[in-house]
Order: sequence, then C-alpha cells, then structure tokens
Amino acid sequence: MYETKNTHKISALNVTKIRNDFPVLNQEVYGKALIYFDNAATTQKPRVVIDIINKLYSEHNSNVHRGVHYLSEQITKMYESARKKVQDYLNARYNHEIIFTSGATDSINIVAYSFGEAYVKKNDEIIISEMEHHSNIVPWQMMCKRKGAKLKVISINNKGELLLDEYKKIINSRTKLVAIVHVSNSLGTINPVKEIVAIAHKNNIPVLIDGAQAIQHGSIDVQDIDCDFYVFSGHKIYGPTGVGVLYGKERWLQEMPPYQGGGDMIERVRFERTTYDELPFKFEAGTPNYIGVIGVGAALDYLTGIGLDNIKNYEKKLLDYGTAKLTALNELKLYGTAENKTCIFSFLLNNIHPYDVGMLLDKMSIAVRTGHHCTQPLWEHYKIEGSIRASLAFYNTLEEIDSLYEALKKIQKMFK
Amino acid sequence: MTIQEIQEEIIKEFKIFDNWMDKYNYLIKLGKDLPPIDSKHKTEDNLIKGCQVKTWFHSALKDGKVFYDIDSRSVIIRGIIALLIRVLSGQKPEDIKNADLYFIDKIGLRENFSPIRTNNLWEMVNQMESDAILYETKMNTSK
Repeated sequence: MYETKNTHKISALNVTKIRNDFPVLNQEVYGKALIYFDNAATTQKPRVVIDIINKLYSEHNSNVHRGVHYLSEQITKMYESARKKVQDYLNARYNHEIIFTSGATDSINIVAYSFGEAYVKKNDEIIISEMEHHSNIVPWQMMCKRKGAKLKVISINNKGELLLDEYKKIINSRTKLVAIVHVSNSLGTINPVKEIVAIAHKNNIPVLIDGAQAIQHGSIDVQDIDCDFYVFSGHKIYGPTGVGVLYGKERWLQEMPPYQGGGDMIERVRFERTTYDELPFKFEAGTPNYIGVIGVGAALDYLTGIGLDNIKNYEKKLLDYGTAKLTALNELKLYGTAENKTCIFSFLLNNIHPYDVGMLLDKMSIAVRTGHHCTQPLWEHYKIEGSIRASLAFYNTLEEIDSLYEALKKIQKMFK
Repeated sequence: MTIQEIQEEIIKEFKIFDNWMDKYNYLIKLGKDLPPIDSKHKTEDNLIKGCQVKTWFHSALKDGKVFYDIDSRSVIIRGIIALLIRVLSGQKPEDIKNADLYFIDKIGLRENFSPIRTNNLWEMVNQMESDAILYETKMNTSK
C-alpha cells in the first residue's frame, strides 16, 4: 500500500528535520514563529497522515466490509491492516481485540455501558482516581446511577501520585471494575498501571486503563500491563480526529453485549431476533471512520519509524530542561511533580489568573491551555480552579522552552 | 457626558498605544484600579453564565439611571469591565438600550480577543443591555 514509515531514524533525534514533517508548525502567529505547547489537547499531524487522507478520498474511497468491488476490497484491506498496526503497537494478543471507536471518550462509554449491563448490580463498586479526566468519571457515574452502584475514588498526594495503600484498602468484594488513567492530562504523572492491575487481579477484578495521554510518549504493551481494557484517541497520537481505539481482552468483549445496534455488526437480522456478528464487528455498528482509522495506522507507522525509545528519551530531555528552567522563576508554582511523569508543565504564576497568563502567552505566539483541563475534582485537591498547562511533544525544542521562560518573565513584569 | 462622548474619549486614549502590549498594560492597570464588587453581590447567583472566568454581575436603578457593579477573577477582564462601566454606568436605561458600542472595535478589543475570549465580553454587554431594558419597562409601567 502506502509507505508511511518515517525514513529519518533519529538516534539523536533530529528535531529540525522532524519539524519539517509537520506543516502546522511552520507558521507565524501575530508575526512570530508559533510555539505549540498544547499537545495534550491535540497533537499536530505529520505530512504522511495528511497526505494519506487526501489520497484515500481522491483515489480509494469506498465503504468497508460491504462491496465485492475492487475499491471496497482495497479499502477494507487497508482498514484491517490498520487494525493489525494498532494490535502490534499495543502488543495485543489478537487482532479482534482491537475495536475502532470515535475516541477515548467513546471507548470508555462503550465499556461503561456494556460492562455495566453484563456485570454490575446494585451496591457494586467501581474504583477510579482523583486525577481522572471527566471522560473517565462521568460515564461511570452514569452507569452507577443506572445500576445503583457506587463510585470509589483513590486520592493522590501533593506531588500528584496515587496513594496505592488507599487503593488496596478500598478494593473489596463489591468492586466490579477499576478504571484508572495511565498518564494524567493535567499533571503528567505516569501511574504504575502494572502494579494497579496486579492488585486488582489478585481480587479477580478487571481494570480499564485510559491511555489517552500515554500512548504518544512511548511503547505500550497491554499483555505486559495485563490490563483488561486500554483506550486511546487517534488525534492525540498524531493521527486524525474522530477515531479512537478500545482494546479489550477477548473474554470480556465476547461476553459483553454490544453498545449500539446497526449495520455491519449483525450476523442475521430477523424481526423476532437478531444475532450479532463476531468480534470486533459486534462493537463497530454502522460505517466506521475508515479513512480516519487508516490515518491512525499511518501515524503509528510514522512514530515507530522514528523510534518510540528515541521519542521517550528526547521528551525526557525536554522535561528535565523545562522543569529546571521554569522552577527557576520566582513565584512559579508547578503542579504535578511526580517522580515518573511526561512532559507536561502545569503551573500558576504569582497570583495572576491562568486566563490572563494564557491570553498574554498567546499574544507572544505561545499556545498553551488554561483552566481546569476537564479534571475539576483534581484541582479541588489543590484548592485551585485550574492551571496554565504547557504540554510538549517530540517536535518541541529547548529553545521554545527558553521562549516560554522569557515570556513568563515579561508577564510577571506586566503585573508588578 | 453621553455614551458617545465617553466612547470618543476612550478611543482617543487608546490612540497613543501603537502595540498590543501597551494596550494590555493599560487594561491591567484599569483592572487593578477597578474597585471590587460589593461583597454582598459576590454570590453564586450573580455569576454570569457561560463565562470561562468567574465574573460577578450586579446592577441597580437609581434616580432613573442604571449603575453597574461587576467583578472578575481575571485582571484583564476587570480592565474591560472598567471601560464598560465607564461608558454605561450612570446612564439612562433607554440610552443604554440604544447604545452602539463601537469603541470595542475601534480600540481593537475584538481583534485582540479570540471568539472564546470575546464570549466573556459579550456576555457582559448582553447582561448590561438586558438589565437596562428591564429597568426601562419597569419605569414605563410605573408611570
């Protein structure tokens, strides 16, 4: 098919070359070179991803799994080969354990609904944590309300690390599922998911990992983690928007009822009774976002071409440099100082409202996010409403961190 | 002074700023100088809905004129509040209702604020206008 592997392997990651792969980065805003530090919200797309989407619509468009004709067969092959790419990326045991969804939020909702229908009863408990994104809170609350179940929450310490002792205490015979974020979108904390899963499995409780902020920073091995579900979004891993992945162990996906009914998920439809298709199609009702899915496949190729370890090492360099630089600023308070974290800097500057800092950084052509970042309960822990968040990716540079530092100093002066 | 006269005065003041940085510096100064909202009005009910930053709003009719008391967590938004209060506070409901707030465009507030950010600004302006309309109706029915 198409060659989407990156050809410039970066043993010592060549960031200049890499930046050229991302057209969006190559622009000025307000007359200055754009500094894009909002990667936790969404990542930019490499040329290979943009090109393949264009090419697919121009030359190959046809619905998957339906036509016997040439185009349909060709695009079905590409779609299924993207599933294989995701399987390899996650090191999943089977191809059919990969379900394509519209995003991480959709994936969590599927599990909350289907798992809830199959296994959760009145007074059962679901465990989440204080640092979850709203999309790993609200679907469980909805399911708990429907089923009469309860939500239990693992607290964090001030560094932004989960209190595992507390987790061990709240897990009990009524616990039906543990749903935990792999990497916090607000703090950058990398949670010890393997340990979390092991603790739950000792009690025969399945675990869902929200990998939306983890998947783009290094290799993920779902068999090694041994989680029961793993979810992520395509757009956070340099792929298109509107595509997500739900990995589920075969056993659960077999037993769980489908979430939505429609075309492509049936074996046979009769008015009296419909039988469902096999995995993974049982969970993929309707025409999937096949162009987006193939785009995600291209993004994964691009990343593995660069080398996930190279990305991890380079981002660690950005993290260490940025932490040293930002904490050197007087009256900058960093939130999320876990030992093990990704390249996210969440902070407050003096007593200036995050919104004001964000607005001024924008005028200095630095894109950050301000506010609660969809983790309101987390900020209640710190007794603040939110933060300024600079989230970096492997196409960011040390010089850009210097620019952020200088811009923040300038803002401090403006508010003096 | 009329609403138009005050707007012209503000436009003139902003003319000396030739870059956005100076404008923001001025807004920050105005924001710092704006007196805080009366604490009894700083309630959950008085929060303007749909604003990204907590913004409290209160108005009152006195001697046929509307007086506004508005506050925000953001100093820059407070700077904008100071300008809006200067233009509209102490004016007659009818004049507020009919006011064309062209100074917002003229001093570059619109171009300097993205749509999400201007949301705060327009929510405030809407609230100011709708309260004025309410007071006008009240005055007319009590005549």
